[in-house]
Amino acid sequence: MSELLTKDKDIVVPGEILAVGMDFLPSYGTYREGDRIIANKLGLVRIDGKVVKLISLSGRYNPKRGDTIIGNVIDLAISGWRIDTNSAYSAMLSIKDASSEYIARGADLTQYYDIGDLVVAKIVNVTSQKLVDLTMRGPGLRKLDGGRVVNVNTNKVPRVIGKAGSMVTMIKRATGCNIVVGQNGIVWVQGEPEMEICAVDAIKMIEKDSHINGLTNRIKAYLEKTTGKKIDTVEVSSQ
Amino acid sequence: MNKDLRLNLIKAFEKGLRYDGRKLDQFREISVETGVIKTAEGSARVKIGETEVIVGIKTEVSKPYPDAPDKGTIMVGAELYPLSSPDFDPGPPSIESIELARVIDRGIRESHALDFKKLCIEKGEQSWIICIDICPINNNGNLFDAASLGAIAALKNARFPEFDGTNIDYKKLTDVPFPLSREPIEVTVLKIGKFLIVDPLPEEEASADARLTVATTEDGKLCAMQKGGDSPLAVEDIKTMVELAMDKTKELRSFLGGN
Amino acid sequence: MTYKREGRKNDEPRKIIAKAGVIPRADGSGYFKIGNTEAYAAVYGPRNLFPKFKQDPKKGILRCNYNMMPFSGMGNRVRPGANRRSKEISMVTEKALAPVLDLGDYPNSVVDVFIELPQTDAGSRCAGICAASIALADAGLTMKDLVCSIAIGSINDTLLVDLDYDEEAYEGSVADIPLAVIPRTGELTLLQMDGVVDKDNLFKAFELGKKAIKIIYEVQKNALKDKYKQEASIKTGKAEDKSSAVKKEESDESKTASKEGQK
Repeated sequence: MSELLTKDKDIVVPGEILAVGMDFLPSYGTYREGDRIIANKLGLVRIDGKVVKLISLSGRYNPKRGDTIIGNVIDLAISGWRIDTNSAYSAMLSIKDASSEYIARGADLTQYYDIGDLVVAKIVNVTSQKLVDLTMRGPGLRKLDGGRVVNVNTNKVPRVIGKAGSMVTMIKRATGCNIVVGQNGIVWVQGEPEMEICAVDAIKMIEKDSHINGLTNRIKAYLEKTTGKKIDTVEVSSQ
Repeated sequence: MNKDLRLNLIKAFEKGLRYDGRKLDQFREISVETGVIKTAEGSARVKIGETEVIVGIKTEVSKPYPDAPDKGTIMVGAELYPLSSPDFDPGPPSIESIELARVIDRGIRESHALDFKKLCIEKGEQSWIICIDICPINNNGNLFDAASLGAIAALKNARFPEFDGTNIDYKKLTDVPFPLSREPIEVTVLKIGKFLIVDPLPEEEASADARLTVATTEDGKLCAMQKGGDSPLAVEDIKTMVELAMDKTKELRSFLGGN
Repeated sequence: MTYKREGRKNDEPRKIIAKAGVIPRADGSGYFKIGNTEAYAAVYGPRNLFPKFKQDPKKGILRCNYNMMPFSGMGNRVRPGANRRSKEISMVTEKALAPVLDLGDYPNSVVDVFIELPQTDAGSRCAGICAASIALADAGLTMKDLVCSIAIGSINDTLLVDLDYDEEAYEGSVADIPLAVIPRTGELTLLQMDGVVDKDNLFKAFELGKKAIKIIYEVQKNALKDKYKQEASIKTGKAEDKSSAVKKEESDESKTASKEGQK
């Protein structure tokens, strides 16, 4: 007889027994021991039919192929740039992936990206030893000028972006700021100083309250109150 | 560090704003709690925004220095615990932690806040050493001011332990307070571009051109200063910075209760 | 002559308070107070490990650092900096926590755990391990369980859970056995002993500690859950509902303790 010992959206800690019996299947954040499914992370329980999994609520970024991140140029090498990824591993951006234009070998690399520059880049490869390769060739991949960065919990990034980008679009429209959200938890915001503050506060609110219902409406109310402008509700798809 | 950070901070300063929405001369929320450490003779926990510091006081009895046989003394220690910030490394005290301890030490020593003569028990034989230790729990900027406020709050909170002429009984505190006659408080002013700010965030500390810490007593006398940062300061800047610091000191002082 | 404990039962730990997320700049943090012994723990990482020769290409390594604040001792000021005692405790803390931790996803990296004790009244390594366990879970790391730690003492052959400083200093035959336990399996990850104990009493001590381990586990678990529940209910008013619900169950020791931890 299989039994579930937890419910959807419960917060559990490592070592908690989530289910007993072979009818359930362990997925992300859980492991099976005998007939039991046990949490191996702190997280939010999701039960999807027979599958028991966790959604992480905390933890640093771990580079993943296909992620678009915001990185900081920390060093120059012979054949490219060393980029900090806000994780335990830095990444390499090689000359051939750095730009749509041709960069000759031996060219002055600082002409393109200098130490301290912020770039939006895409992870093209992560090896088992966590050697990370980046590319700057692709839509939206570029150097970021000016603006400020705010660090958010990388597990909350999907909520900051919202469904099909709805959340970040709402903040952009309300504040008039340019915003780029990196999967690695770095968010870049550029606009008028008071609007940058408003956008960052909204992002911090999302990070804090991400797993409760009615988030979109609360953020909308906050933005309307702070900017003194009404937000067209049709544009904002509910969660 | 993002190289545009400093320029972007200045852009906001031009509108009179900081990254967290504060005004240039505005402190974050401050709290001071005393008597937080049972093993110390005096202690305080100071929070300025998310910055949190514990200051604790221990006493020792030892032979006075030969050049000051009728005086006790103080010893200020500070360690920038790697627990409190990703930017602090484990290992022997860094120059930053030594500077912090020495600046706090000077504020107390040079203001004659503690009457060192009253710390002498028997001339040339025995005197009290007051050890003030500064321990950051979370560093989100402005450790200097938090440490200074904590040191005075802890000194006010402290009581001598019982001493029978040979041994100290640390478990029994007397009701005798320390001979504290003044309360020097430090405020640090940062210069970024042409702007002056107080109570900096870590981003602001990293972008600062210069820094001036000013210790002031309650009667408006300056008792210690320390300039930091890589850029020089003009005399006019220093004047404005000293005035701003002295003005802000009054605000911080209101968080120190009675004995 | 048997020793008679005043004020609490032989198998009863001192009052426990725990919190998670107390150090905002850290990747994970925990606070654990048992009686007058108080520990903060901060986790930083996984992060880049230097020097490079210390890296393990198969997995991340765990590095713990135990330190007493200068004013945290019952007697004289504790001299700052590492000493032989703190180095050994750092090492056994590492060994106590590593068995539950899986850093296979983080080759060549390090997870740093810094433990600071603002005040101590015996049992400081155990409090440090309990705080560190909360901090590691708060940092979102993969762990098969939490780790709970408590010391069992023996005074004139009477076994007592969680000696305080006065009991440790009792003039008689005193022994102290610090333990760390993986709560779900009962396996030990820390075992030290000083003093003289009968072989039979050693195994009785493990039995006697079980109740305290259970209490500690509940307090740690609630501290972690409360942090994330609180985050979720800040503006919905659910926080008040919850705290009043806890009040009704004040008979349950562990829940009371964690409720106080929230103050």
